Amino acid sequence: MDDRHRVTVTVNGAQFQQTVEPRLLLSDFLRHDLGLTGTHVGCEHGVCGACTVLFDGQPVRSCLMFAVQADGHEITTVEGLGTMDQLHPLQEAFRDAHGLQCGFCTPGILLTLIPFLEDNPNPSELEIREAISGNLCRCTGYQHIVDAVQLAAQRTSA
Amino acid sequence: MKPSSFKYLAPGTIEEALAIMAAHGYEAKALAGGQSLIPMMNFRLAQPAVMVDLNNLPELAYIRPEQGGGLRMGAMTRQSAIEHSAIILERAPMLHATMPNIAYSQIRNRGTLGGSIAHADPSAELPAVSVALDGRFRIRSHRKERWVPANAFFVGLFTTVLEPDELLVEVELPPMPRRCGWAFTEVARRHHDFALVGAAAAVTVDARGACEQTRLVLFSVGDGPVEAHQAAKMLAGQPPTLEAIRAAAETAARDDVDPGTDINATAEFRRHLVRVLSGRVLTQAFGRAHAQNSSFPA
Repeated sequence: MDDRHRVTVTVNGAQFQQTVEPRLLLSDFLRHDLGLTGTHVGCEHGVCGACTVLFDGQPVRSCLMFAVQADGHEITTVEGLGTMDQLHPLQEAFRDAHGLQCGFCTPGILLTLIPFLEDNPNPSELEIREAISGNLCRCTGYQHIVDAVQLAAQRTSA
Repeated sequence: MKPSSFKYLAPGTIEEALAIMAAHGYEAKALAGGQSLIPMMNFRLAQPAVMVDLNNLPELAYIRPEQGGGLRMGAMTRQSAIEHSAIILERAPMLHATMPNIAYSQIRNRGTLGGSIAHADPSAELPAVSVALDGRFRIRSHRKERWVPANAFFVGLFTTVLEPDELLVEVELPPMPRRCGWAFTEVARRHHDFALVGAAAAVTVDARGACEQTRLVLFSVGDGPVEAHQAAKMLAGQPPTLEAIRAAAETAARDDVDPGTDINATAEFRRHLVRVLSGRVLTQAFGRAHAQNSSFPA
């Protein structure tokens, strides 16, 4: 089938022009076409949250969108948060509070939490648990993730 | 786990979208938020030949208060917009209370009101709540426009009255009646999972505090939202005492639903949940209706 579409997408502030097949998922576009493998693919039906990215500033499942739908839109992936030398404060808090073990769920959790903390800089434990309820983690038992978010909130308000 | 090939069309006006739907008929599938459709395509349970993306139609995304107290919402209004709308909180508090139960926040950022209704999943919240709130839907095709009441829209498993060339474009909710009360609840294995059983109640009481109208809608227990007509009939004209509500909930579980067994719950367990949840939502709904007039007997 040669129904192919030219798309212009801004990812982490940089503009990309690519030609895509309509059936290409946004998650696969980010990983395979742009080489941004920080966006992880778990379940591909919207349950695990590993592929969460910011689409025009809002967390969405990149496995439940087609790349062609991102034409003209802005996307932030985990690569857009910090660098190896200078982590994002939330990433730093995750490192310091042991908020990750294998790290597979971490990019999705970080991107879910960034707009959440902007709206609610001092969340309660319950609010944090509710905020990450759409992201599965099989290592930490979530406790250290909650600790990491509280640490990040504390440091930001200090 | 990858969708099969399809032709992608992204109309820029509703008229254009309707013309495409008319031209492609059963081959075409409208793409709203895609939060149910794309998983089905990833599993290849759905393999539409033509996708008609409605996401470039901002004129279908709005929440508009109507004169007289009702409201209208565009079919492409995101679920998160409804969740955070002050107008919805004021004019349709049950809808407001329902929203956090729908999947996860990331899904609600993309999922739409009209998409969930047109998808007609029997375990979905929005079809049931639109029936409980006595909503109606505006449906357009290139041929005509028609309004269908929510309680006549759902005709079977994932099936609605929509013809292949039609689009659901708007949802209207009437003003809340006098002396009304409402309640919504559901039970799921994990919070935010698909509901094993859910219940929505919208009731009114008369000047003496007796039941006037009871709309009890159950979901995840049949092919679509199920109205508990027998239970409602038992309550009509009666004071909503604990005993009357218990008897109505019993009737709802025995006579109004015919749930199935699946991997998540047995039919027997679902009937049990219908009885318990019906009792809870009716108690809460009548409590709210009475709270609007303190002169009623408690």
